[in-house]
Amino acid sequence: MEHIRTPKVEQVKLLDRFSNKSVTGTLHLTATHLIFVESNSTSAQEIWILHHHIASVEKLSLTTSGCPLLIQCRNFRLVHFVIPRERDCHDIYSSLLRLLRPVSYDELYAFSYNPKQNDQQREEGWQLIDLAAEFERMGVPCDQWQLTDVNREYKVCETYPRDLYVPITASKPIIVGSSKFRSKGRFPVLTYFYQEKKAAVCRCSQPLSGFSARCLEDEHMLQAISKANHNSRCIYVMDTRPKLNALANRAAGKGYENEDNYPNIRFQFVGIENIHVMRGSLQKLLEVMGTRSLSMTDYLVGLENSGWLRHIKAIMDAAIFLAKAVTVEGASVLVHCSDGWDRTAQVCALGSLLMDPYYRTIKGFMVLIEKDWISFGHKFADRCDQLDPDPKEVSPIFTQFLECVWQLTEQFPQAFEFSEWFLIQIHEHVHSCQFGNFLGNSQRQREDLQLKERTYSLWAHLLSEKQNYLNPVYSLSFAESHPVLEPSTQAYHFKFWRNMYHQYDRSMHPRQSILKHVLTLKESNRELEGTVQALKTKLQAFGVSTSPLKPQTPPRERSLPSRPQSLILGAPLLSRKEVQQEEDEEVLGEEAREDAPASTDGERTVEGSSATENGYGELTGSFGSKNEPAVVTLEFGVARMTC
Amino acid sequence: MELSEHIKTANVEDVTLRRPFHPALRGTLCVTSHHLLFSDGKDEASWQLLILLKNIDAIEKRAVGSSGTITIKCKDLLVLQLEIPGMEECLNIASSIEALSSLESVTEMYPFFYRPSHLTLSGPWGLSSMEQYYKQTERLWDRWRISTVNSDYSVCLSYPSAVIVPREVDDDMLIRSARFRQGGRFPVLSYCHHRNGMVIMRSSQPLTGANKKSCKEDELLLRAVIDGSKLGYIIDLRSAQQAQQARMTGGGFESKSCYSDWKRFHRHHERGKVVQESLIKLVEACSDPSHSVDRWLSKLENSKWLSHVHSALCTAGLVVECVERDGHSVLVHGSEGTDNTLLVSSLAQLILDPASRTVTGFLCLLEREWIQAGHPFQQRCAHSAYSHARLKQECPSFLLLLDCVWQVWRQFPLALEFSEALLLRLAQEVYASNYGTFLCNSEQERCAAGVKENTHCLFQSLLRPDIEEQYLNPLYEPTDLVIWPSVHPQSLQLWTGLFLRWTEYAQNMEEAREEVWSIVKEHREQAGPDRTNNMLSTHCDTLTPFENLMDELTIL
Repeated sequence: MEHIRTPKVEQVKLLDRFSNKSVTGTLHLTATHLIFVESNSTSAQEIWILHHHIASVEKLSLTTSGCPLLIQCRNFRLVHFVIPRERDCHDIYSSLLRLLRPVSYDELYAFSYNPKQNDQQREEGWQLIDLAAEFERMGVPCDQWQLTDVNREYKVCETYPRDLYVPITASKPIIVGSSKFRSKGRFPVLTYFYQEKKAAVCRCSQPLSGFSARCLEDEHMLQAISKANHNSRCIYVMDTRPKLNALANRAAGKGYENEDNYPNIRFQFVGIENIHVMRGSLQKLLEVMGTRSLSMTDYLVGLENSGWLRHIKAIMDAAIFLAKAVTVEGASVLVHCSDGWDRTAQVCALGSLLMDPYYRTIKGFMVLIEKDWISFGHKFADRCDQLDPDPKEVSPIFTQFLECVWQLTEQFPQAFEFSEWFLIQIHEHVHSCQFGNFLGNSQRQREDLQLKERTYSLWAHLLSEKQNYLNPVYSLSFAESHPVLEPSTQAYHFKFWRNMYHQYDRSMHPRQSILKHVLTLKESNRELEGTVQALKTKLQAFGVSTSPLKPQTPPRERSLPSRPQSLILGAPLLSRKEVQQEEDEEVLGEEAREDAPASTDGERTVEGSSATENGYGELTGSFGSKNEPAVVTLEFGVARMTC
Repeated sequence: MELSEHIKTANVEDVTLRRPFHPALRGTLCVTSHHLLFSDGKDEASWQLLILLKNIDAIEKRAVGSSGTITIKCKDLLVLQLEIPGMEECLNIASSIEALSSLESVTEMYPFFYRPSHLTLSGPWGLSSMEQYYKQTERLWDRWRISTVNSDYSVCLSYPSAVIVPREVDDDMLIRSARFRQGGRFPVLSYCHHRNGMVIMRSSQPLTGANKKSCKEDELLLRAVIDGSKLGYIIDLRSAQQAQQARMTGGGFESKSCYSDWKRFHRHHERGKVVQESLIKLVEACSDPSHSVDRWLSKLENSKWLSHVHSALCTAGLVVECVERDGHSVLVHGSEGTDNTLLVSSLAQLILDPASRTVTGFLCLLEREWIQAGHPFQQRCAHSAYSHARLKQECPSFLLLLDCVWQVWRQFPLALEFSEALLLRLAQEVYASNYGTFLCNSEQERCAAGVKENTHCLFQSLLRPDIEEQYLNPLYEPTDLVIWPSVHPQSLQLWTGLFLRWTEYAQNMEEAREEVWSIVKEHREQAGPDRTNNMLSTHCDTLTPFENLMDELTIL
């Protein structure tokens, strides 16, 4: 609190990103949020920005109307305020600078966030995902794979979880020896077991082979993995880096497996670029997409030059290769990159998702993230810039994984239990630091922070609003007939994910959503059925026959299904205010209502949740840009669509 | 020359047919005057393949030993292969296809021979005439009239016999105005907005020429359009520079001095060959699966197809803004007023007018704004994306319209009564059809060829209840509001349903669509006013007394 110099500034203008429109309101600065409340009383929109979401604050040079403040968020929101007095602007600016750079974990929102649950509920939340049960579901331990306690005290590998699964023939000395020959001690362990063919997906980091070094234990380790699979003695070793990067690593005493030293391996480079390339690529992408009155040509050229979709495809290609090797050839696969926590996590997780329909359910997807990302030590704190930022460590690795999944949902509309809003919501919270799940860089660090005692689990929160994330056309029979997804990797299947990168640019979203609409229909189907059943039971209790009654009077009202209240799932359920507003809209064109306020305890739902999509700024942009003498008020107005 | 003389080999046995997503088939190939047929002989009654020869855009022959392979590329973008034993047969078949797929004479085309048992030729042709439209649209009666000045097509060859013009402008003035407009396409009413009575007019460019001719009657006509209000907008679908250049060839634009009440905007739209080449490039990019992402994006950009979609939607948005937001009338024209003009005016109507978003309304819109308004379908759709023939007057304006409508549908999936299937069907029919609707270039030509007497009307047949059902949007919820589409490039997409129609992708999508249908159907059954709700309300009625009783009991 002591960092807040000015808690409130009035008469602040919020400029629209893609048009010349602006709204005036009051800016509040709290310990956790920056809040903008529009002054217009009829359609007071509120924008809540969590400090942890802010990636950068920029003070632009003074203009006649005030001092502009540009705030860029990690969830791709970009807000542009104009504050009338420079002093206020400076105060907000310097307060924010301090607030968005927490110096210790204790300052993170998760440690103060309280969703009004008791300790038992909190505990239950943390118990929702049980990785031991997950390995059991896969059929591990079994006659070939066992649980090892070698890392119980995090002595062999600090960044691995305590419980690790290894081949039955891999003795402790082999494990320890192998771990000494691997970067950061990340020796080969099981991450997914394909029961049908008894083939394993293992992961590790690069070997410290340099130009000629060998390690017998490591060779034995791979031998043990090979022996554990009766189907195919041959194991694929996938180095997910481009060959050049791997070669360069050799000079630093690291490198890749020499096929001559490891019998029965088939070595393969995959060519996914490193975290720095990915960071740069996203930056380029966002720059292009943020351009005002972007032309179609610039859009497509920019999309190409950013290379973003090329990287997404590289990850997808690798995952498909993995899934094919395992499911078609029945071969075991060992995946690594340099440290085995970025590209390796992407490929293992996506590959498993292709192979196992369970991971395409809501619960299963949580398990997958918990397993391949959280427990195996993807460095969320560094990659997502949670604390003590090192800009060189930040990279959208996890975002890419979510995007790959989204690309799959586009190709297989019936294969996933969840919709894209689930992915977007997870992305939101990876950066929000509101829940404990993604804090820190490794399991060990999370234990030291006592997250399970001091914070809440995101998974419980998401499950409690599960209905918002459902995919209405999800089909179990599709999962049965397509246990393994075989996506096409033709270039035209890779599309720009507008709803992620323009989540807050409401004017770009479709005005009506099939997803939301069908979901509402489905929900209403269920409710109606429920009501009929309930009434029947009640009637029976009264001893009335439930045979069809003659309708005595016509139904009271037209029975329209309740309209979807928001285009975006995960939106707060319709509040009375919104109902009122929706009624207003029928009468008069309603002015831009941006975000529905998040509830005051800071529980963040997917923003972009208003019932109207509006602010047709985009047309202003495209028309206004042509230097036409402005005879027409070339500004598109109001969306009068209620959806 | 009789059509049958083109056929040297009518039947070939032991032909292998390959096409996407089907196993290769062996069977008999047969060429008739209008069709290519293929049967594997297993099922006598049904043909495995029946395509209109007119649908064939290009064929490629290849000799392999003593047999030959013909690759057939259709205008609906399907590509298939036939392996024909015997070189001579192969060449004969190929030459028959080449000759019969490019017939020039309208009356030799298949619609003149198509006689299904369930349709009769008697009865009115088409959905509505201009007169009927006028009669149904009460808001026009006050200030507008039907003029039959063009009843013998002498004033304007490409206009229908009846047009709607301002009431105070007489036919003589129309004739003079027509002389001042390219192709005689004087300004006529295209749409009258139901909210404020403002109109969208369309015409061709005025023939001002290098020495800045003017025409009093044309000016009066336009003055009569805005009738006292001080302002109207002219949306010229060429850049200002192009409009200037047009004066050198006798065309031009409405100058400020002569049309002082009108404010002119220029919006550059590509036309003709450029757009046709875009289509060719796009289809080529889509049909090469080996592209990397970068190469694909670069080819997509290079085709410029999405840029055309983008500009069409932008300009339609501008028209809508003028009419709906600003409350002023608009005149739209480019050069000839038969392509982009119709594209923009019909898109604007779709956005503005709820009536044009129903199946019937949309087809009526197409009939009025494209068929009757004289879009030269025969010239524009002679070839599609695969043809190697030298381009003459081909231009996929109509396809562009369908794409734009699809984009609007993507953004407002509940607002249109029809589904993507209708757009796809139209995209196919416009190039090759059993029906006469898209034949010829104008009403006058259709009249001369006897199209209305001798062919069936596609739109009528689409509206037959059993057929129409296939094209309904299950999620349709009518709205009276204007549906402003977003025109950010990020909001527009490649129309995969058309351009990637023959990929697996389409199949997954189809299954998902069916699922949506079944959910909606279930909902209709459950929430249908006739069933559950009656049941619910009656049950409630019965319950209330019991519940009251219970309450009393508890109190006691």
